[in-house]
Amino acid sequence: MDVLETLKSLWEGSGFQSFFVDGGWKNLIMIAVACVLLYLGIKKKFEPLLLVGIAFGCLLVNLSYFGPESSDALYHPDLWANFLDPDHTDYHSYGAILAHGGLLDILYIGVKAGIYPSLIFMGVGAMTDFGPLISNPKSLLLGAAAQMGVFLAFFGAVCLGFTGEEAASIGIIGGADGPTAIFLTTRLAPHLLGPIAIAAYSYMALIPMIQPPLMKLLTTKKEREVKMEQNRNVTKTEKIIFPIIVAMFVILLLPSTAPLIGCLMLGNLWRECGVTERLSDTVQNALMNIVTVFLGISVGATTAADSFLNLKTLMIIVLGLTAFAFSTVGGLLVGKIMYKLTGGKVNPLIGSAGVSAVPMAARVSQMEGQKANPSNFLLMHAMGPNVAGVIGSAIAAGFLLAVFS
Amino acid sequence: MIFDYAEALRELTIGEAGVTAIFGYCVVFFGLVLLMIVLYCTGAYFKSKDAKAEAQAKAALENVRKEVEANPLKVTPVEAPKAPGSAGHVKLHGVPDKEAAMIMAVVADKMQKPLNELHFISIKEVK
Repeated sequence: MDVLETLKSLWEGSGFQSFFVDGGWKNLIMIAVACVLLYLGIKKKFEPLLLVGIAFGCLLVNLSYFGPESSDALYHPDLWANFLDPDHTDYHSYGAILAHGGLLDILYIGVKAGIYPSLIFMGVGAMTDFGPLISNPKSLLLGAAAQMGVFLAFFGAVCLGFTGEEAASIGIIGGADGPTAIFLTTRLAPHLLGPIAIAAYSYMALIPMIQPPLMKLLTTKKEREVKMEQNRNVTKTEKIIFPIIVAMFVILLLPSTAPLIGCLMLGNLWRECGVTERLSDTVQNALMNIVTVFLGISVGATTAADSFLNLKTLMIIVLGLTAFAFSTVGGLLVGKIMYKLTGGKVNPLIGSAGVSAVPMAARVSQMEGQKANPSNFLLMHAMGPNVAGVIGSAIAAGFLLAVFS
Repeated sequence: MIFDYAEALRELTIGEAGVTAIFGYCVVFFGLVLLMIVLYCTGAYFKSKDAKAEAQAKAALENVRKEVEANPLKVTPVEAPKAPGSAGHVKLHGVPDKEAAMIMAVVADKMQKPLNELHFISIKEVK
Protein backbone atom coordinates (compact mmCIF):
# COMPACT_ATOMS: atom_id res chain seq x y z
CA MET A 1 0.00 0.00 0.00
CA ASP A 2 1.30 3.39 -1.00
CA VAL A 3 0.74 5.40 2.16
CA LEU A 4 1.50 8.73 0.56
CA GLU A 5 -0.81 8.05 -2.35
CA THR A 6 -3.59 6.98 0.04
CA LEU A 7 -3.10 10.11 2.15
CA LYS A 8 -3.16 12.22 -1.00
CA SER A 9 -6.40 10.67 -2.23
CA LEU A 10 -7.94 11.02 1.25
CA TRP A 11 -6.96 14.69 1.26
CA GLU A 12 -8.35 15.23 -2.23
CA GLY A 13 -11.60 13.56 -1.26
CA SER A 14 -12.00 15.53 1.95
CA GLY A 15 -14.06 18.63 2.38
CA PHE A 16 -11.09 20.46 3.92
CA GLN A 17 -9.30 20.43 0.60
CA SER A 18 -12.39 21.84 -1.13
CA PHE A 19 -12.17 25.06 0.89
CA PHE A 20 -8.98 25.95 -0.97
CA VAL A 21 -10.15 25.42 -4.56
CA ASP A 22 -12.71 27.01 -6.89
CA GLY A 23 -14.37 29.47 -4.55
CA GLY A 24 -14.42 27.06 -1.61
CA TRP A 25 -13.78 30.09 0.62
CA LYS A 26 -17.42 31.03 0.05
CA ASN A 27 -18.42 27.87 1.87
CA LEU A 28 -16.30 28.98 4.81
CA ILE A 29 -18.18 32.27 4.92
CA MET A 30 -21.50 30.43 4.80
CA ILE A 31 -20.39 28.16 7.63
CA ALA A 32 -19.68 31.29 9.66
CA VAL A 33 -23.14 32.64 8.68
CA ALA A 34 -24.68 29.33 9.83
CA CYS A 35 -22.89 29.63 13.17
CA VAL A 36 -24.18 33.20 13.60
CA LEU A 37 -27.73 32.01 12.82
CA LEU A 38 -27.32 29.16 15.32
CA TYR A 39 -26.16 31.69 17.92
CA LEU A 40 -29.19 33.93 17.19
CA GLY A 41 -31.57 30.98 17.38
CA ILE A 42 -30.15 29.33 20.49
CA LYS A 43 -28.77 32.19 22.55
CA LYS A 44 -31.01 35.07 21.46
CA LYS A 45 -34.06 32.83 20.89
CA PHE A 46 -34.84 34.34 17.45
CA GLU A 47 -37.65 32.03 16.20
CA PRO A 48 -35.56 29.08 17.46
CA LEU A 49 -37.93 26.34 16.29
CA LEU A 50 -37.24 27.22 12.69
CA LEU A 51 -34.03 29.20 12.75
CA VAL A 52 -31.99 26.45 14.42
CA GLY A 53 -33.11 23.98 11.73
CA ILE A 54 -32.48 26.49 8.94
CA ALA A 55 -29.03 27.30 10.32
CA PHE A 56 -28.09 23.63 10.63
CA GLY A 57 -29.35 22.93 7.11
CA CYS A 58 -27.15 25.82 5.94
CA LEU A 59 -24.21 24.30 7.81
CA LEU A 60 -24.81 20.84 6.33
CA VAL A 61 -25.10 21.99 2.74
CA ASN A 62 -22.00 24.16 2.92
CA LEU A 63 -20.00 21.34 4.47
CA SER A 64 -20.96 18.90 1.76
CA TYR A 65 -21.64 20.78 -1.48
CA PHE A 66 -18.70 22.32 -3.33
CA GLY A 67 -20.01 22.15 -6.89
CA PRO A 68 -21.84 19.75 -9.24
CA GLU A 69 -19.12 17.12 -8.80
CA SER A 70 -19.92 16.79 -5.06
CA SER A 71 -21.65 13.42 -5.32
CA ASP A 72 -21.90 12.93 -1.54
CA ALA A 73 -23.62 16.27 -0.96
CA LEU A 74 -26.82 16.30 1.07
CA TYR A 75 -28.36 18.86 -1.27
CA HIS A 76 -27.63 19.47 -4.96
CA PRO A 77 -28.62 22.92 -6.30
CA ASP A 78 -27.62 21.75 -9.79
CA LEU A 79 -30.23 18.97 -9.70
CA TRP A 80 -32.90 21.50 -8.82
CA ALA A 81 -31.65 23.83 -11.57
CA ASN A 82 -32.17 20.95 -14.02
CA PHE A 83 -35.59 20.31 -12.47
CA LEU A 84 -36.59 23.89 -13.34
CA ASP A 85 -34.98 23.99 -16.79
CA PRO A 86 -37.63 23.26 -19.48
CA ASP A 87 -34.88 22.24 -21.92
CA HIS A 88 -33.34 19.65 -19.62
CA THR A 89 -34.33 15.98 -19.63
CA ASP A 90 -34.88 16.13 -15.84
CA TYR A 91 -37.38 18.99 -16.15
CA HIS A 92 -40.00 18.53 -13.42
CA SER A 93 -38.69 15.04 -12.73
CA TYR A 94 -38.95 14.12 -9.06
CA GLY A 95 -37.62 10.71 -10.12
CA ALA A 96 -34.26 12.27 -10.99
CA ILE A 97 -34.19 13.98 -7.58
CA LEU A 98 -34.97 10.70 -5.81
CA ALA A 99 -32.40 8.80 -7.88
CA HIS A 100 -29.50 11.23 -7.63
CA GLY A 101 -30.36 13.52 -4.73
CA GLY A 102 -29.12 13.52 -1.17
CA LEU A 103 -31.17 13.41 2.03
CA LEU A 104 -31.95 17.12 1.99
CA ASP A 105 -32.90 17.00 -1.71
CA ILE A 106 -35.55 14.45 -0.83
CA LEU A 107 -36.81 16.46 2.14
CA TYR A 108 -36.86 19.56 -0.07
CA ILE A 109 -39.48 17.92 -2.32
CA GLY A 110 -42.00 18.75 0.43
CA VAL A 111 -41.08 22.43 0.17
CA LYS A 112 -41.04 22.43 -3.62
CA ALA A 113 -44.45 20.76 -3.80
CA GLY A 114 -45.85 23.28 -1.28
CA ILE A 115 -46.67 20.54 1.23
CA TYR A 116 -44.82 21.80 4.31
CA PRO A 117 -46.08 25.42 4.24
CA SER A 118 -49.66 24.19 3.78
CA LEU A 119 -49.34 21.72 6.66
CA ILE A 120 -47.85 24.46 8.85
CA PHE A 121 -50.90 26.56 7.98
CA MET A 122 -53.11 23.67 9.07
CA GLY A 123 -51.37 23.70 12.46
CA VAL A 124 -51.64 27.48 12.68
CA GLY A 125 -55.38 27.21 11.97
CA ALA A 126 -55.77 24.60 14.70
CA MET A 127 -53.94 26.83 17.18
CA THR A 128 -55.73 30.07 16.31
CA ASP A 129 -58.83 31.41 17.99
CA PHE A 130 -60.58 33.58 15.41
CA GLY A 131 -63.06 34.77 18.07
CA PRO A 132 -61.59 38.29 18.38
CA LEU A 133 -61.85 38.70 14.60
CA ILE A 134 -65.42 37.37 14.43
CA SER A 135 -66.53 39.64 17.26
CA ASN A 136 -64.93 42.67 15.61
CA PRO A 137 -64.91 42.23 11.80
CA LYS A 138 -63.48 45.75 11.37
CA SER A 139 -60.15 44.13 12.29
CA LEU A 140 -60.04 42.81 8.74
CA LEU A 141 -59.39 46.35 7.50
CA LEU A 142 -56.28 46.53 9.65
CA GLY A 143 -55.15 43.13 8.37
CA ALA A 144 -55.57 44.41 4.81
CA ALA A 145 -53.83 47.72 5.50
CA ALA A 146 -50.82 45.93 6.95
CA GLN A 147 -50.10 44.32 3.58
CA MET A 148 -48.87 47.71 2.34
CA GLY A 149 -45.24 46.65 2.83
CA VAL A 150 -45.74 43.64 0.56
CA PHE A 151 -46.64 45.78 -2.42
CA LEU A 152 -44.19 48.61 -1.68
CA ALA A 153 -41.32 46.13 -1.39
CA PHE A 154 -42.52 44.46 -4.59
CA PHE A 155 -42.39 47.81 -6.35
CA GLY A 156 -39.00 48.62 -4.82
CA ALA A 157 -37.60 45.27 -5.91
CA VAL A 158 -38.71 45.82 -9.50
CA CYS A 159 -37.07 49.27 -9.40
CA LEU A 160 -33.85 47.61 -8.21
CA GLY A 161 -33.87 45.29 -11.21
CA PHE A 162 -35.46 42.11 -9.90
CA THR A 163 -37.85 40.30 -12.20
CA GLY A 164 -41.58 40.37 -11.43
CA GLU A 165 -41.48 36.85 -9.94
CA GLU A 166 -38.49 37.65 -7.77
CA ALA A 167 -40.00 40.96 -6.67
CA ALA A 168 -43.26 39.26 -5.71
CA SER A 169 -41.36 36.71 -3.60
CA ILE A 170 -39.35 39.46 -1.89
CA GLY A 171 -42.44 41.59 -1.28
CA ILE A 172 -44.26 38.82 0.55
CA ILE A 173 -41.65 39.02 3.33
CA GLY A 174 -43.69 42.09 4.39
CA GLY A 175 -46.62 39.81 5.15
CA ALA A 176 -44.56 38.58 8.16
CA ASP A 177 -45.74 35.09 7.44
CA GLY A 178 -43.00 32.49 7.00
CA PRO A 179 -45.02 29.65 5.43
CA THR A 180 -46.66 32.02 2.94
CA ALA A 181 -43.27 33.47 1.98
CA ILE A 182 -41.86 29.97 1.44
CA PHE A 183 -44.95 28.84 -0.46
CA LEU A 184 -44.86 31.78 -2.87
CA THR A 185 -41.08 31.77 -3.33
CA THR A 186 -40.89 28.07 -4.20
CA ARG A 187 -43.42 28.72 -6.94
CA LEU A 188 -42.11 32.00 -8.34
CA ALA A 189 -38.41 32.33 -7.51
CA PRO A 190 -37.08 29.11 -5.93
CA HIS A 191 -33.48 30.26 -6.39
CA LEU A 192 -34.14 32.99 -3.81
CA LEU A 193 -35.73 30.73 -1.21
CA GLY A 194 -32.76 30.70 1.19
CA PRO A 195 -32.30 34.45 1.64
CA ILE A 196 -36.06 35.13 1.61
CA ALA A 197 -36.83 32.50 4.27
CA ILE A 198 -33.95 33.65 6.46
CA ALA A 199 -34.96 37.32 6.08
CA ALA A 200 -38.64 36.52 6.80
CA TYR A 201 -37.98 34.49 9.95
CA SER A 202 -35.26 36.82 11.23
CA TYR A 203 -37.47 39.88 10.89
CA MET A 204 -40.40 38.05 12.47
CA ALA A 205 -38.16 37.42 15.46
CA LEU A 206 -37.14 41.08 15.44
CA ILE A 207 -40.71 42.43 15.52
CA PRO A 208 -40.36 43.60 19.16
CA MET A 209 -37.46 45.76 17.98
CA ILE A 210 -38.75 46.86 14.57
CA GLN A 211 -42.29 47.87 15.49
CA PRO A 212 -42.16 49.91 18.75
CA PRO A 213 -40.17 52.88 17.35
CA LEU A 214 -42.61 53.15 14.43
CA MET A 215 -45.58 52.85 16.80
CA LYS A 216 -44.26 55.70 18.94
CA LEU A 217 -43.39 57.78 15.90
CA LEU A 218 -46.83 57.52 14.31
CA THR A 219 -49.11 57.75 17.36
CA THR A 220 -49.59 60.32 20.10
CA LYS A 221 -49.55 59.38 23.78
CA LYS A 222 -53.26 60.18 23.95
CA GLU A 223 -53.97 57.69 21.16
CA ARG A 224 -51.83 54.98 22.76
CA GLU A 225 -53.65 55.43 26.07
CA VAL A 226 -57.07 54.60 24.61
CA LYS A 227 -58.81 51.76 26.44
CA MET A 228 -61.04 49.73 24.16
CA GLU A 229 -64.43 48.31 25.05
CA GLN A 230 -64.74 44.58 25.56
CA ASN A 231 -65.78 42.68 22.43
CA ARG A 232 -69.03 40.72 22.34
CA ASN A 233 -69.02 37.02 23.07
CA VAL A 234 -68.90 34.79 20.01
CA THR A 235 -71.09 31.69 19.94
CA LYS A 236 -69.70 28.26 19.18
CA THR A 237 -71.87 28.05 16.05
CA GLU A 238 -70.29 31.25 14.70
CA LYS A 239 -66.83 29.84 15.32
CA ILE A 240 -67.74 26.67 13.42
CA ILE A 241 -69.30 28.54 10.51
CA PHE A 242 -66.38 30.99 10.21
CA PRO A 243 -63.76 28.65 8.64
CA ILE A 244 -66.33 27.27 6.22
CA ILE A 245 -67.37 30.75 5.08
CA VAL A 246 -63.79 32.01 4.77
CA ALA A 247 -62.65 28.94 2.83
CA MET A 248 -65.56 29.18 0.39
CA PHE A 249 -65.31 32.91 0.01
CA VAL A 250 -61.54 33.41 -0.32
CA ILE A 251 -60.90 30.36 -2.49
CA LEU A 252 -63.67 31.36 -4.88
CA LEU A 253 -62.22 34.88 -5.01
CA LEU A 254 -58.60 33.74 -5.53
CA PRO A 255 -58.28 30.03 -6.33
CA SER A 256 -54.47 30.24 -6.03
CA THR A 257 -54.89 30.69 -2.26
CA ALA A 258 -56.59 27.28 -1.96
CA PRO A 259 -53.65 25.30 -0.45
CA LEU A 260 -52.95 27.91 2.23
CA ILE A 261 -56.46 29.10 3.09
CA GLY A 262 -57.89 25.59 2.69
CA CYS A 263 -55.42 24.11 5.18
CA LEU A 264 -55.68 27.08 7.57
CA MET A 265 -59.44 26.82 7.72
CA LEU A 266 -59.51 23.03 7.91
CA GLY A 267 -57.19 23.19 10.92
CA ASN A 268 -59.45 25.79 12.50
CA LEU A 269 -62.59 23.77 11.81
CA TRP A 270 -61.01 20.76 13.54
CA ARG A 271 -60.32 23.00 16.53
CA GLU A 272 -63.78 24.52 16.75
CA CYS A 273 -66.20 21.79 15.71
CA GLY A 274 -65.77 19.97 19.02
CA VAL A 275 -65.86 16.44 17.65
CA THR A 276 -62.29 16.13 16.35
CA GLU A 277 -60.16 16.94 19.38
CA ARG A 278 -57.71 14.16 18.53
CA LEU A 279 -57.08 15.53 15.05
CA SER A 280 -56.84 19.08 16.30
CA ASP A 281 -54.34 18.02 18.95
CA THR A 282 -52.25 16.06 16.43
CA VAL A 283 -52.16 18.91 13.93
CA GLN A 284 -51.29 21.48 16.60
CA ASN A 285 -48.50 19.45 18.15
CA ALA A 286 -47.13 16.27 16.54
CA LEU A 287 -47.69 17.15 12.88
CA MET A 288 -46.62 20.76 13.36
CA ASN A 289 -43.39 19.66 15.02
CA ILE A 290 -42.60 17.06 12.37
CA VAL A 291 -43.20 19.50 9.53
CA THR A 292 -41.16 22.18 11.30
CA VAL A 293 -38.22 19.74 11.44
CA PHE A 294 -38.40 19.03 7.71
CA LEU A 295 -39.17 22.60 6.67
CA GLY A 296 -36.36 24.20 8.66
CA ILE A 297 -33.61 21.88 7.56
CA SER A 298 -34.63 21.74 3.90
CA VAL A 299 -35.01 25.52 3.61
CA GLY A 300 -31.58 25.88 5.22
CA ALA A 301 -30.21 23.56 2.56
CA THR A 302 -31.01 26.11 -0.15
CA THR A 303 -28.34 28.44 1.20
CA ALA A 304 -25.47 26.90 -0.78
CA ALA A 305 -22.63 29.42 -0.95
CA ASP A 306 -22.80 29.96 -4.71
CA SER A 307 -26.44 30.97 -4.71
CA PHE A 308 -26.45 32.84 -1.39
CA LEU A 309 -23.35 35.01 -1.40
CA ASN A 310 -24.24 37.75 -3.83
CA LEU A 311 -25.58 41.27 -3.98
CA LYS A 312 -29.14 40.02 -4.40
CA THR A 313 -29.12 38.55 -0.90
CA LEU A 314 -28.09 41.88 0.57
CA MET A 315 -30.84 43.64 -1.39
CA ILE A 316 -33.39 41.08 -0.23
CA ILE A 317 -32.43 41.68 3.39
CA VAL A 318 -32.81 45.46 2.99
CA LEU A 319 -36.06 45.14 1.03
CA GLY A 320 -37.42 42.68 3.59
CA LEU A 321 -36.83 45.16 6.40
CA THR A 322 -38.49 47.88 4.32
CA ALA A 323 -41.46 45.60 3.71
CA PHE A 324 -41.85 44.88 7.43
CA ALA A 325 -41.58 48.54 8.35
CA PHE A 326 -44.14 49.68 5.77
CA SER A 327 -46.56 46.91 6.69
CA THR A 328 -46.44 48.19 10.27
CA VAL A 329 -46.93 51.75 9.05
CA GLY A 330 -49.90 50.72 6.88
CA GLY A 331 -51.65 49.08 9.83
CA LEU A 332 -50.95 52.03 12.12
CA LEU A 333 -52.24 54.58 9.61
CA VAL A 334 -55.55 52.78 9.16
CA GLY A 335 -55.67 52.37 12.95
CA LYS A 336 -55.36 56.14 13.25
CA ILE A 337 -58.14 56.64 10.73
CA MET A 338 -60.34 54.29 12.77
CA TYR A 339 -59.43 56.24 15.92
CA LYS A 340 -60.66 59.44 14.28
CA LEU A 341 -63.80 57.93 12.78
CA THR A 342 -64.89 56.24 15.99
CA GLY A 343 -64.29 59.34 18.08
CA GLY A 344 -61.33 57.82 19.93
CA LYS A 345 -62.75 54.39 20.67
CA VAL A 346 -60.11 52.43 18.72
CA ASN A 347 -56.51 52.37 19.91
CA PRO A 348 -54.40 52.75 16.74
CA LEU A 349 -51.69 50.52 18.23
CA ILE A 350 -53.74 47.47 17.30
CA GLY A 351 -53.13 48.38 13.63
CA SER A 352 -49.50 47.30 13.78
CA ALA A 353 -50.69 43.81 14.74
CA GLY A 354 -52.11 43.52 11.22
CA VAL A 355 -48.81 41.98 10.14
CA SER A 356 -49.47 38.32 10.49
CA ALA A 357 -46.72 37.26 12.90
CA VAL A 358 -49.08 35.53 15.36
CA PRO A 359 -49.08 36.26 18.27
CA MET A 360 -45.85 38.26 18.44
CA ALA A 361 -47.26 41.39 16.76
CA ALA A 362 -50.35 41.37 19.01
CA ARG A 363 -48.10 41.07 22.07
CA VAL A 364 -46.10 44.10 20.93
CA SER A 365 -49.34 46.12 20.65
CA GLN A 366 -50.29 44.98 24.16
CA MET A 367 -46.89 45.95 25.59
CA GLU A 368 -46.84 49.38 23.97
CA GLY A 369 -50.45 50.03 25.01
CA GLN A 370 -49.64 49.08 28.58
CA LYS A 371 -46.56 51.28 28.62
CA ALA A 372 -48.78 54.26 27.76
CA ASN A 373 -51.54 53.25 30.16
CA PRO A 374 -50.80 50.49 32.69
CA SER A 375 -54.49 49.57 32.94
CA ASN A 376 -54.72 48.98 29.19
CA PHE A 377 -55.32 45.44 27.90
CA LEU A 378 -55.14 45.43 24.11
CA LEU A 379 -54.11 41.82 23.54
CA MET A 380 -57.53 40.43 22.57
CA HIS A 381 -58.30 43.52 20.47
CA ALA A 382 -54.94 43.15 18.69
CA MET A 383 -55.50 39.45 18.04
CA GLY A 384 -58.30 40.38 15.60
CA PRO A 385 -56.04 42.29 13.17
CA ASN A 386 -53.28 39.76 13.82
CA VAL A 387 -55.28 36.79 12.54
CA ALA A 388 -56.81 39.01 9.82
CA GLY A 389 -53.21 39.57 8.72
CA VAL A 390 -52.79 35.82 8.19
CA ILE A 391 -55.76 35.83 5.81
CA GLY A 392 -54.59 39.11 4.24
CA SER A 393 -51.08 37.84 3.52
CA ALA A 394 -52.52 34.66 2.01
CA ILE A 395 -54.72 36.78 -0.27
CA ALA A 396 -51.73 38.97 -1.20
CA ALA A 397 -49.73 35.82 -2.01
CA GLY A 398 -52.66 34.43 -4.00
CA PHE A 399 -52.85 37.65 -6.01
CA LEU A 400 -49.12 37.65 -6.77
CA LEU A 401 -49.26 33.98 -7.68
CA ALA A 402 -52.20 34.58 -10.00
CA VAL A 403 -50.37 37.44 -11.73
CA PHE A 404 -46.93 35.85 -12.10
CA SER A 405 -47.34 32.10 -12.33
CA MET B 1 -23.15 41.19 -14.42
CA ILE B 2 -25.45 40.20 -11.54
CA PHE B 3 -28.70 41.56 -12.93
CA ASP B 4 -30.00 41.49 -16.42
CA TYR B 5 -31.76 44.83 -16.20
CA ALA B 6 -32.91 44.68 -19.78
CA GLU B 7 -34.64 41.36 -19.23
CA ALA B 8 -36.16 42.47 -15.94
CA LEU B 9 -37.52 45.62 -17.46
CA ARG B 10 -38.76 43.79 -20.54
CA GLU B 11 -40.79 41.56 -18.24
CA LEU B 12 -42.25 44.29 -16.07
CA THR B 13 -41.72 48.02 -16.41
CA ILE B 14 -41.62 50.21 -13.33
CA GLY B 15 -44.94 51.71 -14.36
CA GLU B 16 -46.51 48.27 -14.68
CA ALA B 17 -45.02 47.29 -11.33
CA GLY B 18 -46.59 50.37 -9.73
CA VAL B 19 -49.98 49.56 -11.24
CA THR B 20 -49.66 45.90 -10.18
CA ALA B 21 -48.76 46.95 -6.63
CA ILE B 22 -51.71 49.34 -6.32
CA PHE B 23 -54.07 46.84 -7.90
CA GLY B 24 -52.82 44.06 -5.61
CA TYR B 25 -53.30 46.21 -2.52
CA CYS B 26 -56.82 47.04 -3.71
CA VAL B 27 -57.56 43.33 -4.27
CA VAL B 28 -56.48 42.53 -0.70
CA PHE B 29 -58.74 45.29 0.62
CA PHE B 30 -61.59 44.22 -1.64
CA GLY B 31 -61.35 40.59 -0.46
CA LEU B 32 -61.17 41.46 3.20
CA VAL B 33 -63.87 44.13 3.01
CA LEU B 34 -66.21 41.61 1.39
CA LEU B 35 -65.32 39.12 4.10
CA MET B 36 -65.99 41.80 6.70
CA ILE B 37 -69.46 42.38 5.25
CA VAL B 38 -70.16 38.64 5.35
CA LEU B 39 -69.01 38.50 8.98
CA TYR B 40 -71.18 41.48 9.90
CA CYS B 41 -74.18 39.77 8.29
CA THR B 42 -73.61 36.46 10.10
CA GLY B 43 -72.86 38.36 13.32
CA ALA B 44 -76.12 40.33 12.97
CA TYR B 45 -78.04 37.09 12.37
CA PHE B 46 -76.60 35.47 15.49
CA LYS B 47 -77.10 38.62 17.55
CA SER B 48 -80.75 38.81 16.53
CA LYS B 49 -81.11 35.10 17.31
CA ASP B 50 -79.60 35.66 20.75
CA ALA B 51 -81.81 38.68 21.32
CA LYS B 52 -84.89 36.65 20.36
CA ALA B 53 -83.95 33.83 22.72
CA GLU B 54 -83.30 36.34 25.47
CA ALA B 55 -86.65 38.04 24.87
CA GLN B 56 -88.42 34.67 24.96
CA ALA B 57 -86.71 33.77 28.23
CA LYS B 58 -87.65 37.15 29.68
CA ALA B 59 -91.27 36.74 28.58
CA ALA B 60 -91.45 33.26 30.11
CA LEU B 61 -90.01 34.58 33.38
CA GLU B 62 -92.52 37.44 33.39
CA ASN B 63 -95.38 34.97 32.85
CA VAL B 64 -94.24 32.87 35.79
CA ARG B 65 -93.93 35.97 37.97
CA LYS B 66 -97.45 37.10 37.03
CA GLU B 67 -98.85 33.65 37.73
CA VAL B 68 -97.20 33.54 41.13
CA GLU B 69 -98.56 37.01 41.96
CA ALA B 70 -102.04 35.95 40.90
CA ASN B 71 -102.03 32.71 42.92
CA PRO B 72 -99.76 33.29 45.88
CA LEU B 73 -98.79 30.07 47.61
CA LYS B 74 -98.46 29.80 51.33
CA VAL B 75 -94.87 29.04 51.95
CA THR B 76 -94.01 27.63 55.33
CA PRO B 77 -90.46 28.42 56.17
CA VAL B 78 -88.58 25.21 56.81
CA GLU B 79 -85.38 25.34 58.76
CA ALA B 80 -82.59 23.78 56.77
CA PRO B 81 -81.13 20.74 58.47
CA LYS B 82 -77.74 21.16 59.91
CA ALA B 83 -74.95 19.70 57.90
CA PRO B 84 -73.43 16.60 59.46
CA GLY B 85 -70.63 17.57 61.72
CA SER B 86 -71.68 21.23 61.71
CA ALA B 87 -70.36 23.43 64.48
CA GLY B 88 -74.02 24.25 65.26
CA HIS B 89 -75.05 27.51 66.89
CA VAL B 90 -72.37 29.29 68.87
CA LYS B 91 -73.34 31.65 71.64
CA LEU B 92 -71.33 34.82 71.37
CA HIS B 93 -70.75 37.01 74.42
CA GLY B 94 -69.41 40.42 73.45
CA VAL B 95 -67.65 39.05 70.35
CA PRO B 96 -68.52 40.23 66.82
CA ASP B 97 -69.34 37.54 64.18
CA LYS B 98 -66.18 38.16 62.14
CA GLU B 99 -63.86 37.82 65.12
CA ALA B 100 -65.69 34.66 66.23
CA ALA B 101 -65.23 33.14 62.78
CA MET B 102 -61.57 34.04 62.88
CA ILE B 103 -61.13 32.51 66.36
CA MET B 104 -62.85 29.27 65.25
CA ALA B 105 -60.60 29.11 62.17
CA VAL B 106 -57.46 29.69 64.26
CA VAL B 107 -58.49 27.02 66.79
CA ALA B 108 -59.22 24.51 64.00
CA ASP B 109 -55.86 25.29 62.41
CA LYS B 110 -53.95 24.90 65.71
CA MET B 111 -55.70 21.62 66.44
CA GLN B 112 -55.19 20.50 62.83
CA LYS B 113 -58.82 19.39 62.64
CA PRO B 114 -61.41 20.32 60.00
CA LEU B 115 -63.65 23.12 61.24
CA ASN B 116 -66.86 21.14 60.66
CA GLU B 117 -65.69 18.41 63.05
CA LEU B 118 -65.42 20.84 65.95
CA HIS B 119 -68.37 21.92 68.06
CA PHE B 120 -68.08 25.40 69.55
CA ILE B 121 -70.58 26.09 72.32
CA SER B 122 -69.79 29.70 73.13
CA ILE B 123 -67.14 32.35 72.70
CA LYS B 124 -66.78 35.01 75.35
CA GLU B 125 -64.51 37.99 75.46
CA VAL B 126 -62.53 38.07 78.70
CA LYS B 127 -61.52 41.59 79.73
